[in-house]
Amino acid sequence: MTIGNLLRVLAFAILVLLLVNPDLFSGFFGLFARDTQPAIYNQGNLLDITINHLGIVLAATLASTIIAVGLAIIVTRPFGAEFLPLSRSLANVGQTFPPVAVLALAVPMLGFGTAPTLVALFLYGLLPIFENTLTGLTNLPPAVTDAAKGVGMTGWQRLVKIELPLALPVILAGIRLSTVISLATATIGSTVAARTLGEVIIAGLTTGNTAFVLQGGLIVGVLAVLIYDALSALERTLMLRTGQLGRASA
Amino acid sequence: MIEIDDITKVYNTTAVVDRVTLTIEPHSICVIVGTSGSGKTTLMRMINKLVEPTSGHIRIDGQDIAGIPAYELRRRIGYAIQGHGLFPHRTVGQNVATVPKLLGWDKRKTADRVDELLSLFQLDPAEFRDRLPHELSGGQQQRVGVARALAAGPNILLMDEPYGALDPVIRAKAQEDLLSIQRRFGTTVVLVTHDMEEAIHLGDVIAVMDKGKLLQCDKPAEIIANPATPFVAELIGTSERPFRLLSLATVADHLEPGTPDGEPIDATASLRDAYAELLWSGRSALPVRRDGQLVGQVTLDALARLARPQ
Repeated sequence: MTIGNLLRVLAFAILVLLLVNPDLFSGFFGLFARDTQPAIYNQGNLLDITINHLGIVLAATLASTIIAVGLAIIVTRPFGAEFLPLSRSLANVGQTFPPVAVLALAVPMLGFGTAPTLVALFLYGLLPIFENTLTGLTNLPPAVTDAAKGVGMTGWQRLVKIELPLALPVILAGIRLSTVISLATATIGSTVAARTLGEVIIAGLTTGNTAFVLQGGLIVGVLAVLIYDALSALERTLMLRTGQLGRASA
Repeated sequence: MIEIDDITKVYNTTAVVDRVTLTIEPHSICVIVGTSGSGKTTLMRMINKLVEPTSGHIRIDGQDIAGIPAYELRRRIGYAIQGHGLFPHRTVGQNVATVPKLLGWDKRKTADRVDELLSLFQLDPAEFRDRLPHELSGGQQQRVGVARALAAGPNILLMDEPYGALDPVIRAKAQEDLLSIQRRFGTTVVLVTHDMEEAIHLGDVIAVMDKGKLLQCDKPAEIIANPATPFVAELIGTSERPFRLLSLATVADHLEPGTPDGEPIDATASLRDAYAELLWSGRSALPVRRDGQLVGQVTLDALARLARPQ
């Protein structure tokens, strides 16, 4: 096992331990809390909050993936080519709009809670996936796409059997970026009462308890690193399996 | 039979293929030669509708291809290209099975056909079937590419510079493979190349193209002896003419009685090889061997006569 993988396993083990039995770490976090303050977050179960946080990120990323990949497929087909500029600017708008602003605008319509957070994360996650899917689908080796036509595959068969499988590693890279961004951005959802790890951080900030801030921040950070690495490893495997290593890597 | 009838392809305002009419006989190899930008590839790609002609008609066995859906037509026509175009995420076996699968062959028949073709191209099925294309050498990839093109037993095989990426030794081997497979299946082959040497070696008929126009279409010997335009003559190479002519026939075709001394030459060798051997060894006649028996001789005088248009 490499040192990197050893560290990852170690980080994962500590994370699980912290979530399942936070009191084990009260000594460590006690260093950052004032004497009168609790060392471990006491207004909810850390494991539940983390699972909820991951659930929101998963749902938002899944929705972004479906819409962004679908859009990219449509605009790379002959009949959808004229929508390419339009969909590009739409995805760009989603990215430039700050998530906080989306939250502020969505709350009056959707009320407080998870819904406005989902909308913000969904919009924010579209662009990386859309751009990567476009790159993946338009940068295929010309000889391969020519051969796919030449053997008599229909447009649909070319998409499903050749283009998507070959573009998959690049698409996955987009999903990875989007997931990690959402993982961090989801914390601000707690300002509109979504149940995410942001509430731990916010509780720490409002009461001046550094231990809470550290807990929330560390869990989000470690999750982000681990998920990022896992998806990168999956991309590499896919690239190796298709003999594409060294080709597109976005 | 492929009948190309007054076909034109215009991109923007340039005629890439300009009113070409050409008939390709069944079971023959037709090589389209030209420099890059001559329209040779575009002409070939119109046969399987990868390019739609601006005007004109193409008929295959009397049927106008305009009325056949493109994907259906392409499944009936083998297509092999430079850089092989193998699907990198599918195994060699899956690559070769592409067209049979599209045509809905059953599994047993497809698997048998894949093994048959791999063996035919000297690739042991057990060893190569489950490998991915990037694990093969360039020559092996090229063979798999041709095997895939032939998988469903098409009557017509289109080849676009198929040997462009191969080194000379492997290219010569691949050309011999093509000739023997073409004889075996009787496939009509349309091959595009910029290499006149390859065209003369492989072609029953050579079609020379330049700037979208078909300059000359004839048997190799005729093209060498009577080039229609200065461009065709240039493509053949004036100083190469006698040797190209000699390369068309084998020693067996021009045997003379008599058995001089010295190292014999094989009856299947080309006259060009015999000529080179005569010059190199400083002899005026070579004994000819067939199946281990001396069967006659080939002389410098005869070759000198044969190196000129008859």
